[in-house]
Amino acid sequence: MIGATLVGIATSAIRLATPYLYAAIGEALGQLSGVLNLGVDGIMLMGAFSGFYVTLLTGHPTLGLLAAVGTGGLMGLLMAFVSVTLQAEQGISGIGLYLFGLGLSTLLFGMTVGTVKAVAGFPPTPIPGLSQIPILGEILFSHNPLVYGAFALVPLAWFVLNKTPFGLKLRAAGQNPLAADSLGVNVIRVRYVAVIIGGILSGIAGASLSIALLNVFQQNMTNGMGFIAVALVYFGGWRPLGVLAGAMLFSTVNAIQVWLQVQGVDIPSDFALMMPYVITILVLASMARRRIHVPAALNKPFERGGE
Amino acid sequence: MPDGLRPRRPASLLAQLVPLFAVLLAFAVGALMLLALGVNPWGALKALLQGAFGDLNAIADTIVKAIPLLFVGLGICISFRGGVLNIGGEGQLVVGALAATAVALAGTGLPGWMLVTVSLLAGALAGAAWGGIAGFLKAYLNVNEILSTIMLNYIAVYGMNYLLRGPMMDPIQVKLGFFIPQTARLPRAADLPRLVPTRLHLGALLAVAVAVLVYIFLWRTTVGFRIRTVGMSRRAALAAGIEVKRYMVLGLLLAGLLAGLGGAVEVLGVHHRMFTDGTAFGFTGGAGFNGIVAALFGRLHPLGTIPSSFLFGALLTGANKMQRVMQVPAALIVALNGLIVLFVVGSEVIRRRRLRRLEKLSAEGKG
Repeated sequence: MIGATLVGIATSAIRLATPYLYAAIGEALGQLSGVLNLGVDGIMLMGAFSGFYVTLLTGHPTLGLLAAVGTGGLMGLLMAFVSVTLQAEQGISGIGLYLFGLGLSTLLFGMTVGTVKAVAGFPPTPIPGLSQIPILGEILFSHNPLVYGAFALVPLAWFVLNKTPFGLKLRAAGQNPLAADSLGVNVIRVRYVAVIIGGILSGIAGASLSIALLNVFQQNMTNGMGFIAVALVYFGGWRPLGVLAGAMLFSTVNAIQVWLQVQGVDIPSDFALMMPYVITILVLASMARRRIHVPAALNKPFERGGE
Repeated sequence: MPDGLRPRRPASLLAQLVPLFAVLLAFAVGALMLLALGVNPWGALKALLQGAFGDLNAIADTIVKAIPLLFVGLGICISFRGGVLNIGGEGQLVVGALAATAVALAGTGLPGWMLVTVSLLAGALAGAAWGGIAGFLKAYLNVNEILSTIMLNYIAVYGMNYLLRGPMMDPIQVKLGFFIPQTARLPRAADLPRLVPTRLHLGALLAVAVAVLVYIFLWRTTVGFRIRTVGMSRRAALAAGIEVKRYMVLGLLLAGLLAGLGGAVEVLGVHHRMFTDGTAFGFTGGAGFNGIVAALFGRLHPLGTIPSSFLFGALLTGANKMQRVMQVPAALIVALNGLIVLFVVGSEVIRRRRLRRLEKLSAEGKG
């Protein structure tokens, strides 16, 4: 009985880590290149809506995913234009992007679908062989493709950041853009690419909610998940493995909270729902004394031949 | 910090008008979006203007909608100029409203002026506490205030939902078996007086008076000067012997105080009870975010934020009419506000470059 409960919680923790992983790894790429994108939540909402709507129209979640990729990329492009080319204050422009995504996704949903509808999203795809392993098979290898993708992203991001020339350029653009520029790195282009990839991943994060985990769209369905993802980047110390640890922490708390509610345990549900936000603050506060390596040029616009 | 938002010397009228172009551009994008959705943008604009200014009631409603924007926006003026970004208006409005409600309900029987005063004070203090938490976390534990204020928004909302579905729920309703998540109606003595026979209430005058006070505070007092100095350059402020941390806390605390006062005014002036639909938007109407937009558009100047809040209040009031007449969800305005923020902060660099070129030209002309 206790064993089955733990397996259940672990399985749903793996599932629920999915949107956090896509969004936070995407955000980490942008921040490592020097751009703080606070609009993740808005991009997620647009990704969630476009993925949902295209899946509803065509019946193919793969096409829905492509739509979310496109929408996320465009939103990333908008953020890159405003923060890299126009050198706007990044914290405020991110809030603008959030409001834009929140309003537009609500508007489009209201004018096209209107009522809550379920779609046939990505089906569970147990991995042959591996899913037969007792306990671990159910926890790790019996999910839908977007869940596997999120976990595959962690080593992939680590490899790109640490073992490829592009990763080196990206980190250089975020650490010391002037030096990078003098070595022939096109800082502007690197930042554009990083923020657009971040947007695409945020779009996928949203779609993972609407066409893989919950299979519905509702207005403001992310409920601040995108902002938590930004906090996870700090928590993870800008490293993919650190982000993974943070995402698992949050998804485990979420899974336990859902389980408690299903069990009808007598704590007011509002306090349970409050937990992720309280934990985010505690986690950020706990890092005050920890030595972390903030990208030196984070939040600083770059101008060739500038000061 | 908000480098691009520092006040610059007014050099050219054209450069000053850039934010206005940003708003027009956002409207143009909005019109294109409506066209793509098969809605006549002219019809939508007409409905919007009629809803906002069509008759005396419409104008009064516009002003009523502008009041919380102005309170939040004034707090934004202080905090952004102090170099701390307060995105916690939603939560601060909610806790301010809750505190004012609790005090007004507890103070049944007190004379009106006293009940109103203590309720408003309670709201302001609760908001100050909510903003102060973020300020403390920022100054002493290095927690990014944008993230902490957003998290505090959600915490406030779930706290509100708990209180309104539990301890603060209208006892008469509970007895009758209705479980609408709202409090009892506040004693009538706590109602803010109406100004003219519309929904316009005393809060409008209070908000304008507070705007003048914030202006005097920021530009005519030592504390205000120090807050602005910290916002311009933390290093310079440190060198000048200013205790930077203390003023960062103060900036967020005052922003919370003003938003909390706004929440209290909203309860005493408009709703006369606290209620929830489960989200922050249900009570605030998004004023915590829209107040930021209004303040940015008012160039982070307390007096500039007055007309700017009126403008955005008009947009919100008009949007309700647009929703009824044209079936365009009022969320359109949220999207447009987002674009306005992007365009206004994005256009700063263009304005700055233009000013720099003008200064260079005039210097060369003299030399």
